[in-house]
Amino acid sequence: MKNVSVDAPEKQIEIPKEALLETARRLLSEGFTNLHCITAVDKIQYMELIYIFYFMDKHACVILKTRLALNDLTVESLANIWRSADWLEREVYDLFGVKFLNHPDLKRILNPDDWDVHPLRKDFSRPDIIKKPKS
Amino acid sequence: MDTLKENLQTEEFWVNMGPQHPSTHGVLYLEVKLSGETVVDLITHIGYLHRGMEKIAENRTYTQFIPFTDRLDYIAAMGNNLGYVLAVENLMKSVVNDRAKYIRVIIAELQRVASHLVGITTFAQDLGAFATPLFYGFREREKIVELFDEICGNRLTYNYMRIGGLQFDLPKGSDEKIRAIVKYMRPKIDDLESLFSSNVIFTARTKGVGVLTKEKAINYSVTGPNLRASGVKWDLRKDEPYLCYDRFNFDIPTGANGDSWDRYKVRIEEMRQSLRIVEQAIGGLPEGDPTVKIGRIIKPAPGETYMRTEAPRGELGFYIVSDGSTYPYRMKIRSPSFSNLAVLSELAKGIKIADVVCLLGSLDIVMGDIDR
Repeated sequence: MKNVSVDAPEKQIEIPKEALLETARRLLSEGFTNLHCITAVDKIQYMELIYIFYFMDKHACVILKTRLALNDLTVESLANIWRSADWLEREVYDLFGVKFLNHPDLKRILNPDDWDVHPLRKDFSRPDIIKKPKS
Repeated sequence: MDTLKENLQTEEFWVNMGPQHPSTHGVLYLEVKLSGETVVDLITHIGYLHRGMEKIAENRTYTQFIPFTDRLDYIAAMGNNLGYVLAVENLMKSVVNDRAKYIRVIIAELQRVASHLVGITTFAQDLGAFATPLFYGFREREKIVELFDEICGNRLTYNYMRIGGLQFDLPKGSDEKIRAIVKYMRPKIDDLESLFSSNVIFTARTKGVGVLTKEKAINYSVTGPNLRASGVKWDLRKDEPYLCYDRFNFDIPTGANGDSWDRYKVRIEEMRQSLRIVEQAIGGLPEGDPTVKIGRIIKPAPGETYMRTEAPRGELGFYIVSDGSTYPYRMKIRSPSFSNLAVLSELAKGIKIADVVCLLGSLDIVMGDIDR
């Protein structure tokens, strides 16, 4: 069974955020034509961005991870190289407040435009969310 | 008359389509800029069904979240159940027994048939074939829904898969019923195909409309039947086999042009292939007890996993981050319809407004899956 399991550590690359655009371009030239998923994880001390790339013909997968400091949540956009990044980055912006520089149309996608919070951050809570009990 | 012609001015204008438009499959809002009847620009607004599933997941135990996955792609709830439990099992590195795997394959493939029946017939309804094909499609789908009702007690939101197995074993006599469904379904799919393929209006309105090229499809990360219709032979069931798909013989249908017609043809052919898989799986169904052996409170070790499966509408992925507690620290749902819809504004430019409806129907989206 040749299931591409992405939790294999050799497929993960951690890069500084300044190197993101350059690394992504290199991945594209190597054949990783499919930017499958972009997401973020609020690690409280920092924000982690996760990019999942696929090389379909070779069944290869690469996960790029980059850390953003909480006082500087900006990163270069990949939407001009992979069109799939357009909506995925807008979603990350909407839910986490990460600003993507040079994105063609960076605005909220799921939540109302006039909302001023980013709900998937760990410090966001509302009274109608039943919080998890302390275990 | 000549002075009237000289003074007559034309201008481009914006038209709102949705969120209550009958052909937008739920709550999708399109802003269409028109020049006459030709689409110049199209802006897609989503989020009307956003329920914050990913935030809810952080406040539920792993088992408690299974019924929420039913509400993602509610036309194919079993596919979501399966994708989620496989992701958690992948995170925990737990294995399920062969009988559970086979039943999961049977259920997932029958769900694919049911989902494509809805997808194709609502597509035809969007094109003006009012009610008749829809009733045929839903009559056929009813057989599968009734079977699922017998197996797990629900018709739409099944909540059947469990982490480490299934909620129940198949009830007595279901293998006969499943065989009967396969036998019943084959000629019905042929009927449906002849109903649409021999229809002049249907062919005229779908052939050559909304052509999605191979490169564009991959660049937009379009998946599922829409990707295969563009000529990319890519199916996770073959390319990265999960469960026990590597034990079954089936073909991956692909299209040549990537137009709406190909997207419809691929779905018809996929239903036939799914029935082939069901037939093989029910023939080789092993003995055993597929019900869950692990407790309801699950504590996966700290770590991260990404697991994607071939849901009826494309690749459904769950990225789960565990911090070692009973709740997921973060769960990203990479839904197929989200990326499939993103390509709409690109495809719509330059076509007629009436064909936007055709295009949308052929992409077969579900808003619950997009907004999450």
